Amino acid sequence: MTRKQRRMTIIGGSLAVLALAAALVLNALRDSIVFFSTPTMVAEKHVEPGKRFRLGGLVQPGSLQRGDNLAVTFEVADGGAKLPVAYKGILPDLFREGQGVVAEGSLDAHGVFKADTVLAKHDETYMPKDVADALKKQGHWKDDYGAKPAATTAQGNPQGAVR
Amino acid sequence: MIAESGHYALVLALGLALIQSIVPLIGARLRDVALMNVARSAALAQLLFVGASFTALVMLHVNSDFSVANVYENSHSMKPLIYKITGVWGNHEGSMLLWVSILALFGGLVAAFGNNLPLSLRAHVLAVQAWIASAFYLFILVTSNPFLRIANPPIEGRDLNPVLQDIGLAVHPPMLYLGYVGFSISFSFAIAALIEGRIDAAWARWVRPWTLVAWIFLTLGIAMGSYWAYYELGWGGWWFWDPVENASLMPWLAGTALLHSALVMEKRNALKVWTLLLSILTFSLSLLGTFLVRSGVITSVHAFATDPTRGVFILLILCLFIGGSLSLFAGRATALKQGGLFAPISREGALVLNNLLLTVACAVVLFGTLYPLAMEVLADFKMSVGAPFYNLTFVPLFTLLLLAVPFGPMLAWKRGDLLGVTQRLLAAGVAGLVVIAIVWAWTRGGSALAPLAIGLGVFVIAGAITDLAERTGLFRLPVATALHRARGLPRSAWGTVFAHAGLGVALIGIVCETTWNSEYIGTMRQNEVAHIAGYDLKLDGLFQRQGPNYREMIAEFNVSRDGETHSVMTPSKRSFTTRGSSTTEAALLTRGASQLYVSLGDTTAEGAIAVRIYHKPLVLLIWWGPVLMAFGGVLSLSDRRLRVGAPKPARAKQRLQPAE
Repeated sequence: MTRKQRRMTIIGGSLAVLALAAALVLNALRDSIVFFSTPTMVAEKHVEPGKRFRLGGLVQPGSLQRGDNLAVTFEVADGGAKLPVAYKGILPDLFREGQGVVAEGSLDAHGVFKADTVLAKHDETYMPKDVADALKKQGHWKDDYGAKPAATTAQGNPQGAVR
Repeated sequence: MIAESGHYALVLALGLALIQSIVPLIGARLRDVALMNVARSAALAQLLFVGASFTALVMLHVNSDFSVANVYENSHSMKPLIYKITGVWGNHEGSMLLWVSILALFGGLVAAFGNNLPLSLRAHVLAVQAWIASAFYLFILVTSNPFLRIANPPIEGRDLNPVLQDIGLAVHPPMLYLGYVGFSISFSFAIAALIEGRIDAAWARWVRPWTLVAWIFLTLGIAMGSYWAYYELGWGGWWFWDPVENASLMPWLAGTALLHSALVMEKRNALKVWTLLLSILTFSLSLLGTFLVRSGVITSVHAFATDPTRGVFILLILCLFIGGSLSLFAGRATALKQGGLFAPISREGALVLNNLLLTVACAVVLFGTLYPLAMEVLADFKMSVGAPFYNLTFVPLFTLLLLAVPFGPMLAWKRGDLLGVTQRLLAAGVAGLVVIAIVWAWTRGGSALAPLAIGLGVFVIAGAITDLAERTGLFRLPVATALHRARGLPRSAWGTVFAHAGLGVALIGIVCETTWNSEYIGTMRQNEVAHIAGYDLKLDGLFQRQGPNYREMIAEFNVSRDGETHSVMTPSKRSFTTRGSSTTEAALLTRGASQLYVSLGDTTAEGAIAVRIYHKPLVLLIWWGPVLMAFGGVLSLSDRRLRVGAPKPARAKQRLQPAE
């Protein structure tokens, strides 16, 4: 094999692997990514039943009901719309009424969001970032939602830390 | 006083870093030995001052000095001592201080043990180290000073995030940072080589041990983080493809590629430019990881606080270093001479394939991590890329890689004999097939791919053993001879065997855990029994207990199998009053490599408690694999050729060993 042929073999091999990876990524992007929606977006867009998405918003105070064998229902609201959510399992430690939540699942035929995961990717001092951003964008962000998050921002500067 | 001294020491360290950034470069230009040697003393002094600064912060935390904002926000006087110390890096400011301390530690090590380096190379390397250090000292002093005082000191602190009050915090972040930051050394060597315009096999011999050290720590750090998430978060997951995890996986993939390409460079003086590029990319990915985690662009347990100025500052550092180093690379790389011819089918060829697959897999993870962020900024919609994406992209690429792993070490340098290697790997292949058949026949349910994946894992392990058997002549020669040859085998060859076998072990663990994991989720009352995977768990009762800074509710489970009592498991739920939050402490029962996992949910009004019980078959293999890999790394590190100043092999007999 000449030097050129060797180089071509290696370049060809690299291109083949890259093409394979690109094909895999494009294929995966078609059906494995999950979009984020708020109840208002769900109401506007008419998401079809069975399509997976992430639902974010605030747990409507007073809506949490516990059924038999760890079944729970609650409503997720974003100030504009509400969406009933059904979940079976143990809620995360940080799940509270009036606090932000992100759930993953899909709508059933009756328009109930069947969640298979309830995420708790936030600590007790702030809201999930996705939820806070969405609420702000829709103009539903109120400072009392932000009571806790605001505390975080203030936390960096407690009682007039000397900067 | 302690806080002010710590702050002052940090400012002095910045001053030293600035001197170390400039003076050695001038020295190298003027060929002035004294000026070049400034780098060495500056690096050591810098280590001293950062160490003092870090010690000051540790003392403030241990003394519970709540007049310091950082201590007030993250500590509590009732917190156990170990968490007072680990809490130092359980927050943004402290963790950045740990980051620069480790950077200074590596700089100091190069300064102290780099006596056999050419003087100008050492000066350049330490200068580049100091550039990075200066940038991060500035970052800490400007945006995240841990030594800020509070005007009216409160009496009690706000306590550390309860999730972090665990022994994992003592191990995982320092290990991970030793890995992340350790790659700065190969980066600095690469930049120094580009500045000097000279690179050779000796360069690779200096860089490899540093890369290996960083890689070992990163491997252990990632594994430890994964195990911590597994037992602490209470739902038995060990990898979530969370952007923060990806941020640590990417430097690991690139660093693994770097280890292998540096090998080619060291042995065969080939792939020089590529190795340089990988050194730059690996550390760039470490910086990217720091940016992703520390800037608050993603929310997770790792992002302690969000402050936009910090994000912008780290982004600037990121652009400066990545942009600068890549431009320098683009400008100077062509000047470096290429060398070392090899046929596509050869050890070098196999290592090129390894590099190709690792970097492409790394690129896929990078894409999956950044795509949602890019979409959010550019197209203004939110989405998440989770496990399904990586299962469809990362997994096939890694499968290809694992298929190729056993072939690599058995191919000869320069020109290999693929057919011959295939014949020698026949036994390993047959072992894999037999295991596939057994698993297929034995198990019901689960994915049809699972037996195949286990077979692949067995093939990788058997391949590593075959390699060892071939080298020692086991099964061909008398046992005594084989043993003698095994003793004479270079440590790095043993390292390869262990590291590669570790891959197979981890794969088997991953497949078993995901496929045959059984779970029981439900509410239980006293004396109720849950059945799972042949075990009976009887809830004996619930007890309250007072811990140092929390109250906990403990559930006691009596675990029996076939009527025979095995053990008692006591998962608990802790509530921390200061932060008003609770954590779930899972109970684990280990049987061989399998584990029984119990975690608690809420109590209902009627006094029943929600429980989650998992049986996870062979789950521990997931972490034993990386431990084996790291052990392989340690063996390879102790190889005589990497030891500084090690004498050349004296006996001619040893030279007759098969070329490693």
